[in-house]
Amino acid sequence: MTDATNGSGATAFTGAMRILAGLLEARTGQILSESRIWRIETALKPLLRANGMANLEELVSQLLASTESGLTDDVVSALLNNETSFFRDLQTFDMLYRDLLPELAATKQDKVLRIWCAGCSTGQEAYSLAMQLRKDAARWQGWRFQILATDISKAAVARAQSGVFSQIDVQRGLAINDLLRWFEPAGDDWKVSDDLRRMIEFKVDNLLEPKAPGANYDLILCRNVMLYFALDKRQKVFSRLAEYSRPGSYLILGAGETVIGQTEAFTASRNFRGSYERAKAKPEKTAGDIRKSA
Amino acid sequence: MKNCLVVDDSKVIRKVARHILESLDIKVTEACDGRDALTQCEAAIPDVVLLDWNMPVMSGMEFLQELSRTKMDARPKVIFCTTENGIGHIKAAVEAGADEYVMKPFDRDTLESKLQIVGVI
Repeated sequence: MTDATNGSGATAFTGAMRILAGLLEARTGQILSESRIWRIETALKPLLRANGMANLEELVSQLLASTESGLTDDVVSALLNNETSFFRDLQTFDMLYRDLLPELAATKQDKVLRIWCAGCSTGQEAYSLAMQLRKDAARWQGWRFQILATDISKAAVARAQSGVFSQIDVQRGLAINDLLRWFEPAGDDWKVSDDLRRMIEFKVDNLLEPKAPGANYDLILCRNVMLYFALDKRQKVFSRLAEYSRPGSYLILGAGETVIGQTEAFTASRNFRGSYERAKAKPEKTAGDIRKSA
Repeated sequence: MKNCLVVDDSKVIRKVARHILESLDIKVTEACDGRDALTQCEAAIPDVVLLDWNMPVMSGMEFLQELSRTKMDARPKVIFCTTENGIGHIKAAVEAGADEYVMKPFDRDTLESKLQIVGVI
């Protein structure tokens, strides 16, 4: 394999790595920074092995020569960060259950709650939300939930749809009573109950060009996704999310993410920590305008 | 500072658990079997017990049964920690009074999430 270390011992971009990082950005808008170069080799090792390739250069040659998209899709899927877990950031789910969902419910006379998990990875977030909604049957008597969960990775969406999770997956964040209530053993793994699975529609979708069915989402969870986009792409995603949400709805971002300086379509909620409220009017200013006026 | 009693006959597991728990700002005491753990709980009730299943002298299940019979001012949260992941084992542990269940080997993220679920951190 080509030596990918510079004089200081740190990993440096090889030509093949630049091409692969460029492919990821072109397909998804996500950026692999210099500090995360190591991820390219680590993430693609299983794919190289499975295809009998010796190194990244050989992979790039095959990608350039290939007329089919299968290998390209596999490379992009492998490079995406699918890190997730059940009830990730437990405080967010507690806040949703205790405060935000009841507040949202009070504004919905049609008793239909539309929720979009944008960037759902392998599905743990969407299933956690479904479990949360089913926790208190009496409160949600007569309600209909429309949960859409999307991700750009075909492999991640396929796993999410299967509802099968490893022992390691279910150990991270899932309470034992939820495991016993909502899962059944499937060999060494655990399978989500059909009842819970039916609550969620999983789809492959690109956040930069979403084809989300319908609109007027009451709640969008887009957590730990924006951090992989450059500012211009982030701004584009924010305006897409605003397009698909109703005024007065809420957006939940990851703990290290914010809307400040990036969009005026959402403003930080005074009542719910880590939540952003959809502005009543459609956003008109771009991120560039916001920076200039700051 | 919260306290955790790590109950395991394996010195290695106790050492790994101590390392993780101390990194989470939790004070650790150790016991090498259920009987030792029960004695320690009677002297000072920990916030949480990380409990092995198979141990000499008194097993994890026997410890749980004894603990439920013992009069105490407060009851510690119990996280069962074992190599058995059969649904029968998990159900038996929950029915005996375990609050959570974790498979060995565990990592920091897993243990941290279990401690959050039982409300210790």
